[in-house]
Amino acid sequence: MPVRREISQRDEIPPGTLYMLILKTLSRSGELHGYEIANSIQQMSGDVLQVEEGSLYPALQRMLLKGWVRAEWGVTPENRRARYYRLTTLGRKELELEVSQFQRVFEAIQQVLRPA
Amino acid sequence: MNWLSELGRRLQMLLRRDEFDSDLEEEMKLHIQMRVDQQIKEGVSEKAAQAAARRQFGNVLSLREQSQDAWGWRWLEQLVQDVRYGIRTIFRAPGFATITVLTLALGIGGTTAIFSAVYPILFQPLPYPNSDRITMIWEIGREGKRDEGTFGMYRELAERNQSYDSIAEIKPWQPTMTGVDQPERLDGQRVSATYFKVLGIAPALGRDFQQSEDQLNGASVAILSDSLWRRRFGADPDVVGRKARLDDKSFTIIGVMPNRFENVLDPTAELWTTLQYDMSQGRAWGHHLRAVGRLRHDVTMSQAIAELNEIGQAVLEEQHPETYRQEVKFLAISLHDDVIRGVKPALMAIMAAVLLVLVIACVNVTNLLLARGVHRRGEFALRAALGAGRGRLLRQLLTESLLLAAFGGLVGIIIADFGVHALVSLSPPGLPRVNAIAINYAVFVFGIAITTLIGVAFGLIPALHASRRDPNGDLQYGSPRSAGGHRRTRNSLVIVEVALALVLLVSSGLLLRSLQRLFAVDTGFDSSRLLTMLVQTSTIRFSDKDAINRFFEQSLEAVKRVPGVSAAAFTSQLPMSGDSDLYGVQFDPVPLDDPGEIRGTFRYAISPDYLELMRIPLKSGRYLEEHDGSDAPLVAVISESLVKRRLKGLDPLGQRLRIGTGPLYTVVGVVGDVRQVSLALSEPDAVYTTASQWRSTDNSMSLVVRARNEAMPSVSDLRRAIWSVDKDQPVLRVRTMDDLLAASAEERRFALIVFEAFAAAALVLAAAGLYGVLSGSVAERTREFGVRLALGASRESILSLVVRQGLILTGLGIAIGLAGAVASSQALVSMLYGITSLDPVTYFGVVLVLTVVSILACAVPAWRAVNVDPAITLRAE
Repeated sequence: MPVRREISQRDEIPPGTLYMLILKTLSRSGELHGYEIANSIQQMSGDVLQVEEGSLYPALQRMLLKGWVRAEWGVTPENRRARYYRLTTLGRKELELEVSQFQRVFEAIQQVLRPA
Repeated sequence: MNWLSELGRRLQMLLRRDEFDSDLEEEMKLHIQMRVDQQIKEGVSEKAAQAAARRQFGNVLSLREQSQDAWGWRWLEQLVQDVRYGIRTIFRAPGFATITVLTLALGIGGTTAIFSAVYPILFQPLPYPNSDRITMIWEIGREGKRDEGTFGMYRELAERNQSYDSIAEIKPWQPTMTGVDQPERLDGQRVSATYFKVLGIAPALGRDFQQSEDQLNGASVAILSDSLWRRRFGADPDVVGRKARLDDKSFTIIGVMPNRFENVLDPTAELWTTLQYDMSQGRAWGHHLRAVGRLRHDVTMSQAIAELNEIGQAVLEEQHPETYRQEVKFLAISLHDDVIRGVKPALMAIMAAVLLVLVIACVNVTNLLLARGVHRRGEFALRAALGAGRGRLLRQLLTESLLLAAFGGLVGIIIADFGVHALVSLSPPGLPRVNAIAINYAVFVFGIAITTLIGVAFGLIPALHASRRDPNGDLQYGSPRSAGGHRRTRNSLVIVEVALALVLLVSSGLLLRSLQRLFAVDTGFDSSRLLTMLVQTSTIRFSDKDAINRFFEQSLEAVKRVPGVSAAAFTSQLPMSGDSDLYGVQFDPVPLDDPGEIRGTFRYAISPDYLELMRIPLKSGRYLEEHDGSDAPLVAVISESLVKRRLKGLDPLGQRLRIGTGPLYTVVGVVGDVRQVSLALSEPDAVYTTASQWRSTDNSMSLVVRARNEAMPSVSDLRRAIWSVDKDQPVLRVRTMDDLLAASAEERRFALIVFEAFAAAALVLAAAGLYGVLSGSVAERTREFGVRLALGASRESILSLVVRQGLILTGLGIAIGLAGAVASSQALVSMLYGITSLDPVTYFGVVLVLTVVSILACAVPAWRAVNVDPAITLRAE
């Protein structure tokens, strides 16, 4: 979408990887609320990956349903009420699964793209 | 159990939806706020920061919906919405909804009730193991009639045949049980020892009969039914071995049948004993035993019949029994077919009738929905224009149709339940397997499915219209003025309805006329103010004939003294009571051209004043009198039919005749013919003697009392009068003669009641359909009528316009229906009496009724059309 391009030169995350990114972020940082997750993904990717921020929330709901994350209300350092998400054991397993899957696919694609 | 905990979370979310929504909202708000704060910190103006944050976040509303979707409850929310809306729509048109629901309920409920009653009787296998192997074995008598078998023949068949695992013979047995506080006559059966083996059911307590118990002078043993065991023996677990006094003989109880045992060969039988026949007895070659057998698993019915015929022929040649003619043929028919033979035509007709009602109901619902669709076209065009998708519209209509079907089903199951109970309580006594009748849910579901399907198919038409066409047109013509192209469909549906209703009306009309004819039949006696009861003598004190006759004479004297009794008499058999005591009568000398006995002659042993009391008219000679006692010359009175058939041109008085093999009687009188077996059966040959001149004794006699006035004498007074002579004699079967007459027509009456109910339903539905179509068309043409009136048309001309429209539909329906009725009434022939299936009175009457009802159905819409105020209608649009 051209509007967003005006703000910064960022790429949308590949479809299907949002869960993996959220899981990875949480596994690295422990407990985060939605805004922190969005920022964290952006920063860790060196500002290359851009999450449509709102879409985090349906994704988080689906992950809550699957039991990969758990949510609890807490307070931010600025004293605001925020919902913090944390990885569950199930979520950790899911992360491993998705990472290995992603790597397999990624390597396969690289092989295809490798110059002859 | 991942999915289980997932389901748990899902449910939790459903239960705490409000909390979920507010959490999500707060969370998103915080996110946007933090983004705004960050941008402001980076130096962006607050307004720009707000806009950028929102842009970056996306559509909050849609994201919230997506989040909710994640939990998978959206369908439920929409369903609730649709149902709520549907219920509101239904209540907005309560008339439409009521008629639709009632129509559906009638169709579903009626069909379920009838099929529930008919299915176990006609289609369910009998409750015996491998019941399809059980057959009745009949001898084929004169004119192809089924004849009961003889013991002599049975014995040979049982011994020589290779086709059956076992064969048993049966005859009714009505012993009186004494030695308990009240004597009681029980219904039972005398059977071969193999009877329960043929059926494949063993006693639940004790043991089955043994061959040694089925021999002349063998041990007297009895097996009880579960009901008798509970009723008279207090469900005593040690009943086996106990004694019971039956007909003053001691019987040892050897077994009790299981609770679930259904004895289809005599549903009222409560106990069984062995036949104990022997070839030395005179009755060994008498045709009075029914035979039932269990076919071997590898033998077909026709193989069995061939073998039976072969054996039968050989037996005749070897033994030359007098009761057989030159040849004997057998008929084997499955027990199930045999049991339902009598009721099958009536039940099939009833089933066809209820299917017609179901079709009419479906037609009516279709009509209603089409009419309603026209009215709602505007509404759907509007919703489509506002952006409702086709799927959404379809789903909403579907919900509405299903709601109507659900209501219809609900009321339908109530009707079905009521109907099944009504059917069972109305059912004629001859209806087999009544105990097995219960609501059949498969049929119920089928009924709901078919009506729902129709509701769905026709209910969706307006939605398809709305989504297919340019909504603009419908919006503009969304008023009832847009008549709609369905008028022709709806007209033809009404024609169909009228035609089907006519078929049902003709059928029930024919049955009604038959019943009228039947009750108008001259029974040959005067049934008014007659009270009847069966009096039995059972105890050993009455072993000799004189004692029994004295008991009856004294009882008669006592009964005559009871207040309200104007006359009383005894007879050995009573018309319409089920008694049937037939003898062969031979005149001596045999008259020229005497065709001989055909079915036998009813033999009555009576107290002398019986004929007068019954008001059976004297044709010539004299009635029997007091002085025709045991010492006087033997005299008899015979029926007119016997004179006409057997004594052509001879003076009957003074003729001498033999009853069976007994002595000669002199005919002293001729009386009118009487219907003995039932109103419909005219088999009037009869011979009357006084009880004291009859060679043996009848242990039970029917007491007939003519009351002085309409108030019948008290039964307990009569009983007490008889018991004042001897208190041990049971008094049974107390009925007025009018009740007996009504009972004799029970089966026809049953069919008639069912048909009348269906015909009434059909008539109402057809009238409703006609009314619906006409009032719809009047509503659509209100404007036209207004214009006509404004231009000077008379009210009469408009009235006749509407009525004519209705009558044309009715007329077409009647024409088609008449053809259908002529064809379908053929199925009723076996239930008709005294009229043909083309009875003109019935057809004329039905057409008249249908026309009158249609005129009434036209009248209301026509009246409405006439009262249109042109000023208002023209301005209205």
